[in-house]
Amino acid sequence: MAKFLIDLVAQKFPSAVIASHSHHGDETILLEAASWRAVAQFLRDDPRTAMDMLVDLTAVDYPDRDPRFEIVVHLLSLGKGHRLRIKTRVGDPEGESVRVDTLSDLWASANWAEREAYDLFGVTFVGHPDLRRILLYPEFEGHPLRKDYPAEQIQPLIAYRDVENIEKIAPFGRDEGMPFGRQTHARGLGGPEEESN
Amino acid sequence: MGELKNTGNAQGQSGQSPVTAHQTIIEPGQGQGFATTRVQDLLAWAQKYSLFMYPFVTACCGMEFMAVSSPRYDFSRFGSEAPRFSPRQSDLLWVVGTITQRQAPILRRIYEQMAEPKWVLAFGTCASCGGFYDNYATVAGIDKIIPCDIYVPGCPPRPEAVLDGLMLLQDKIQSGDRRPATVKPRLDPAQDQNLGLVQLRRSRTSSPEV
Repeated sequence: MAKFLIDLVAQKFPSAVIASHSHHGDETILLEAASWRAVAQFLRDDPRTAMDMLVDLTAVDYPDRDPRFEIVVHLLSLGKGHRLRIKTRVGDPEGESVRVDTLSDLWASANWAEREAYDLFGVTFVGHPDLRRILLYPEFEGHPLRKDYPAEQIQPLIAYRDVENIEKIAPFGRDEGMPFGRQTHARGLGGPEEESN
Repeated sequence: MGELKNTGNAQGQSGQSPVTAHQTIIEPGQGQGFATTRVQDLLAWAQKYSLFMYPFVTACCGMEFMAVSSPRYDFSRFGSEAPRFSPRQSDLLWVVGTITQRQAPILRRIYEQMAEPKWVLAFGTCASCGGFYDNYATVAGIDKIIPCDIYVPGCPPRPEAVLDGLMLLQDKIQSGDRRPATVKPRLDPAQDQNLGLVQLRRSRTSSPEV
């Protein structure tokens, strides 16, 4: 449906398009990071494309790729009704320097979305006016949605209570509390002995 | 000490004799009887039927909380009717929903602001143990940061389970027991063997042994 968008971008920026695909109205262009912002500006300002809404901006971590991260943006033209997904790849395998140009001055909705991607993936958006954490707290170290963040690592803001067996205070077993766990407990299969009520 | 006598006639006589309001008149043998109890029991009886609640509602369990507080289930029948949106005026802290690490200091502050005596009820699996949120963002149960009296499991719990939890808390207030407790599941009446109903097989490995 919006195949002409791919052709238009490939015609205007022949060296920027790495790959593209169009499948049942689902158009995607993979772009060089260097022309990320220029293509975005073209898509917004050209009257044939008129992508006036940035629906979503997020990142994906592919730990065994180089460049490691993929930035994904979904665009929509409210007037023309067509959609386009543009992606780019940035970052080194260690995730030390992940930098890409900001889109927050093109679409205001990119502002918070880029802060979220910075918060959870550690992507630095060059030129962002206020790049700081948006969901997590400033004391948090690391970026939890990276694949190399340990899944069980927590960083509490306040210390946990100083009591014995902090993991086992609650008088029920691990599998209880779920709707499917209730009957197993009633049949006496698992869980600690009943407390007196 | 510790006995409470009936003082019902004190007001009735105030017209004739100069009895001021703060004086206690003990008149044995008036034919109206008297009750003896321990002060602690009386206080507990009063406390368990006047639980002013502070709803700390953070997530989807809040919908079930609304259900249990609305007329169909109506926990104001149990005297825990009045919500107080100031922790200084409340006795019972309902923690309804997931508590994130970022919210933990707020919950701790709310708890510390409440005046003694105070009780805490963990509503739902997330507040009880974190539920399936086993990740960087979630506190795995509010008992990691504040003491908790009653755990109501369920995702979300049925209103009946919440009422069970409330009655369990009232029992504990009456008996002065501060040990944590959890609401036990009710047995499915259809599993009663005496009814002679068809028992459904749950899985191939655990068929009913009849």
